[in-house]
Amino acid sequence: MILVFSEDDENAFEILGKGREIADSMKSELGVISFGNDSSETFFTCGADKIYFIDIAPFPDHVVEVISNFNEQYKPDMILIGGTKLGKEVAPRIAQRLGVGCVTDCIDIDLSMEEGHLVLKRLVLGGRFLASQRLLRKPQIATIPPGRFEKKMDKTRKGEIIKIPFKPVESKVRILEIKKKAPQELKIEEADIIVAVGRGLKKKEDIKLIESLAYALGGAVGCSRSIAADLKWLPEEHWVGLSGHKVKPKLYVAIGISGQVQHIAGMRDAKTIIAINNDPNAPIFKACDYGIVGNLYEIVPKLTERLKKQV
Amino acid sequence: MPEIIVCLKQIYDLGQIRIDTSKRPVTEGSARKISDFDKNALEEALRIKEKHGGNVLALIGGTKDAAKEALAMGADEAFIYQYTEGIDPLGTASILGAFIQTIKYDLIVCGEASIDEYLFQVGPRLAQALGIPVLTYARKMELKDGDIIVERELENRYEVSKAKLPALVTVTKEINQPRIPTLLHILGASKKKIIEMSPMKPEVGVETLRILAVEMKRKEVIVKDIEELARAILSEK
Ligand SMILES: Cc1cc2nc3c(=O)[nH]c(=O)nc-3n(C[C@H](O)[C@H](O)[C@H](O)COP(=O)(O)OP(=O)(O)OC[C@H]3O[C@@H](n4cnc5c(N)ncnc54)[C@H](O)[C@@H]3O)c2cc1C
Ligand SMILES: Nc1ncnc2c1ncn2[C@@H]1O[C@H](COP(=O)(O)O)[C@@H](O)[C@H]1O
Repeated sequence: MILVFSEDDENAFEILGKGREIADSMKSELGVISFGNDSSETFFTCGADKIYFIDIAPFPDHVVEVISNFNEQYKPDMILIGGTKLGKEVAPRIAQRLGVGCVTDCIDIDLSMEEGHLVLKRLVLGGRFLASQRLLRKPQIATIPPGRFEKKMDKTRKGEIIKIPFKPVESKVRILEIKKKAPQELKIEEADIIVAVGRGLKKKEDIKLIESLAYALGGAVGCSRSIAADLKWLPEEHWVGLSGHKVKPKLYVAIGISGQVQHIAGMRDAKTIIAINNDPNAPIFKACDYGIVGNLYEIVPKLTERLKKQV
Repeated sequence: MPEIIVCLKQIYDLGQIRIDTSKRPVTEGSARKISDFDKNALEEALRIKEKHGGNVLALIGGTKDAAKEALAMGADEAFIYQYTEGIDPLGTASILGAFIQTIKYDLIVCGEASIDEYLFQVGPRLAQALGIPVLTYARKMELKDGDIIVERELENRYEVSKAKLPALVTVTKEINQPRIPTLLHILGASKKKIIEMSPMKPEVGVETLRILAVEMKRKEVIVKDIEELARAILSEK
């Protein structure tokens, strides 16, 4: 069996898309674990044969317990876990408990069965290199970041819901307080067009310029780490890169972004990359399809005006 | 007074890694340094010691140079071991875990991830191996009446959570600004002991088949004016 878990439904649907391919090629079954969740039918539509339902909240200690026990009973060949912050905590814990390896942020799974094994790919060494790896023992555990695989819907698919029992474990961690971040509609992974900005911007108010261009193109605003983490001019949701969000839009416009490997690692899968930078030697020009050398403060307003006429 | 362990990994300076003709990484000749977030972990441990007293032990996968840097920053003792390239976090957690089990400790601090591998694994694995609570992605932490209280940075919220010591915390880069040791500290640190751990044959769970440079196939067209840029954007949109 291939087992999927992500507390983020969209992420789970995407992983099911890939999981279905793996299950079919191995003539195996595809299951999903759902913690106190009601999007059941969609799990079937997205490829699951079975939903294992458990009526508790997915706290890390619970998830580790439930999936480890599940492994004992059902012996899945592979466990694919959402590459959310929760997923990246529980996956290695489960793997440690079961004494097996785990591939973090797996961006592709090669089904050609090189030497009889699935080959899992991930970026290493600051995102400049791609490692091909195999997991030596079962269950093979990997985390899959959001937005990586395509969700494949088939409304005719049906499946079976199995309730699994839970012997409560006491969580070793107590939550004292939850502070919601300002509500963000944005899921940058879902945007087809992203207009991203970096340290080339002189002050926070100038983000308006970038927003206007994004608006003219019908896209979302993204940014480099400096803008989100150091200057805090934009919330974390906008942050693209190795340690931020990994995106693959149709169009990515990088403005005043130097193009360090850690940034490129988050957007290299964009179909088309456009760069605006005043330094002709900026590495971003080696990573773009079209680039213009110049001051963003001159180019961006004019470009926005020009595009408004068309769109 | 808390006994604090900080786990640090020495990595190659990623900017200095070259690519050979068969697209493989060449690490020879690259400088090595302590992984960025691990310095944040050490800084946080030192701040706790400054407030509550205690002892900070640095547990380092790497050479004496890394140990000297950690001691100069303020660690009281350093234990080092050489990790082999290609070891996976199952192996690392079993080595670190076996060592930690032989000593007394209250708190373990790790980086959320090592910046070469970006695995986010060793901290949670180590806590699991030791059977202690883990608090990941800490952007603030404090010790209070035998508990550790941490503000965790998650996708859409901050979670303030509490666990009983002994516990393990993994920290983000945003938690603090690591101190830069002064010459005086560097000289002072030369008196502190660096102990080499006996080597161990680790378990492995992952085999790396190959590592190749990611190819970038981009058009790299430099356009002359805004009109051309607009047309390129509209045609690709
Ligand atoms: C472990 C680790 C993880 C990281 N993760 C990420 C990540 O996820 N995402 C990320 O983005 N970074 C990440 N970084 C940081 C990364 O290495 C770079 O420091 C960062 O991407 C640089 O941001 P920037 O391009 O905005 O700024 P800079 O590198 O300062 O570039 C600014 C650019 O703007 C140009 N410019 C200046 N003025 C103008 C103007 N008027 N008009 C046009 N152009 C102008 C300059 O020529 C320059 O190229 C990470 C680093 C580490 C160590
Ligand atoms: N070889 C190692 N020796 C000591 N500590 C390590 C080692 N590898 C990882 N760590 C610690 O575990 C954290 C997470 O690393 P990783 O799982 O590799 O992303 C790091 O920030 C370090 O604190």
